[in-house]
Amino acid sequence: MTRLTTEQALGFDKFVVDDEQAHIKLDLEICNSCDPKPCTHACPAGLYVIRDGKLAFDHAGCLECGTCRVVCPRSGEAIAWGVPRGGFGIHFRFG
Amino acid sequence: MTAIIVGAGPAGSTAAYVLAKGGHDVVMVERGDSAGCKNMFGGRMYSHALERVIPGFWEEAPVERAVVRETVTFIHGGRSVSVVCDNPRWAAIPPHSFTLLRAEFDSWLASKAEEAGAMVACGIRVDDVLMADGKVVGIRAGEDEMLADVVIAADGVNSVLAQKAGLAKMFVPSEVAVGVKQVIEMPAAEISRLFQLGEGEGAVELFVGDCSRGMQGGGFLYTNKNSVSLGLVVGAAALQRGEASPFDMLEDFKAQPRFSRVLEHGEVGEYSAHLVPEAGINMVPKLFGDGMLVVGDAAGLVLNLGYIVRGMDFAVASGEAAAKAVVEAKSTGDFSRHGLSHYKKLLDDSFVLRDLTAYRRAPRFLENQRLFEQHPRLATELVSDLFTVDGGPPRRLGKTVRNRLRGRTIAHLVADGWRGVRGL
Repeated sequence: MTRLTTEQALGFDKFVVDDEQAHIKLDLEICNSCDPKPCTHACPAGLYVIRDGKLAFDHAGCLECGTCRVVCPRSGEAIAWGVPRGGFGIHFRFG
Repeated sequence: MTAIIVGAGPAGSTAAYVLAKGGHDVVMVERGDSAGCKNMFGGRMYSHALERVIPGFWEEAPVERAVVRETVTFIHGGRSVSVVCDNPRWAAIPPHSFTLLRAEFDSWLASKAEEAGAMVACGIRVDDVLMADGKVVGIRAGEDEMLADVVIAADGVNSVLAQKAGLAKMFVPSEVAVGVKQVIEMPAAEISRLFQLGEGEGAVELFVGDCSRGMQGGGFLYTNKNSVSLGLVVGAAALQRGEASPFDMLEDFKAQPRFSRVLEHGEVGEYSAHLVPEAGINMVPKLFGDGMLVVGDAAGLVLNLGYIVRGMDFAVASGEAAAKAVVEAKSTGDFSRHGLSHYKKLLDDSFVLRDLTAYRRAPRFLENQRLFEQHPRLATELVSDLFTVDGGPPRRLGKTVRNRLRGRTIAHLVADGWRGVRGL
């Protein structure tokens, strides 16, 4: 079996993406001043990436695990963490 | 309304089932479109707790395989040493433990609660608790409010409700681990052949060593009926400090030659991730407050001993205890923290808090990095030395051991062995 990328792995999952509301919101001013940015490697879905030197995040593909919130050095301020509205988000078929 | 249960996992559904069976009005609210569709775990439930609530549950529940083989493997640098325990009696009636897939299983358990008379409302996210005079009196979901004598927070490791009600604090990285898993689908016969299992029989393998890159954690493999669950758990504190990605670590783990036969016959069906409460009794919040009870993962009721990982049996038993406490409170009409304190008593008297208290030192013991680096390296090198024949000078057992156990190595081994004996 060839090595997967996170995008490929997430491609096996079923999502109902909420295009109207993001369930995780970042204060990018704080995030861009954060040096270690543990979210960029710790997020199991690889949704926190550095683009043009700045942090970028996309809530589609979120596995709703809560890793980003717990590893964030300034969790309370930088991440307004939540879960998607009822019926949206990851839908595990196996779990 | 007697009780609102938030979260249709094993703790919530058991509470709903017991209450509804006793004729109480109960609503269970679940944010997923179906019970279990937000849930994920490694792969196995010990039967005893649910067997007590629903005797013979496994005859109708969508269980995967009855586990008859346990393997703990130390791995380092491609070498490995395993301890294997086969016990066919584990499959005897009632089977000791089952591998499971949560989407299907949790959905079944919720349906049992529904059959018993509970109302199950899926696709609704609960946003807040309603308070009056410092007491929890209900929940708010969007614009809707619902009142009940008691709210049972069964909303999982990231419990919003217990925190909003002031019963739990936000956990810190050292208290949780990140679990990632891929379900690899393959025919049942192929799994039985590869793992030498009889019909309906399953195997569980845990891995300790460089699969977690020296960080606190380990790998796991659970055989399901038509799939294999392969995953890794890594401490969130180590993940925060380091630069490793759990996804990359899982891909590295999968790439080991030992899994090549499994992977060449299978196809990835799903990738999932979840937090695991890991601090044992040390992270258990206030289990009850005025108008509220906290159960399952929301109460941090997970026990990791390294070679045994338990969560679902605690979830089920805590749900059952919560239901009984609600019944007791209803008989006196007292849903204050005093009236609900019976819940704590029931947990104290059951295996739930007894086991978590007995193993209270286990989390500290497992924080020791040597367990994931130095000791697996030592074990694998030592044992592979013993089995190596290459025409060189004799590797006498005593000498091989002495060569490997020099200076601080032996001091660490003795110290960690002692801690293990005390902690586990």
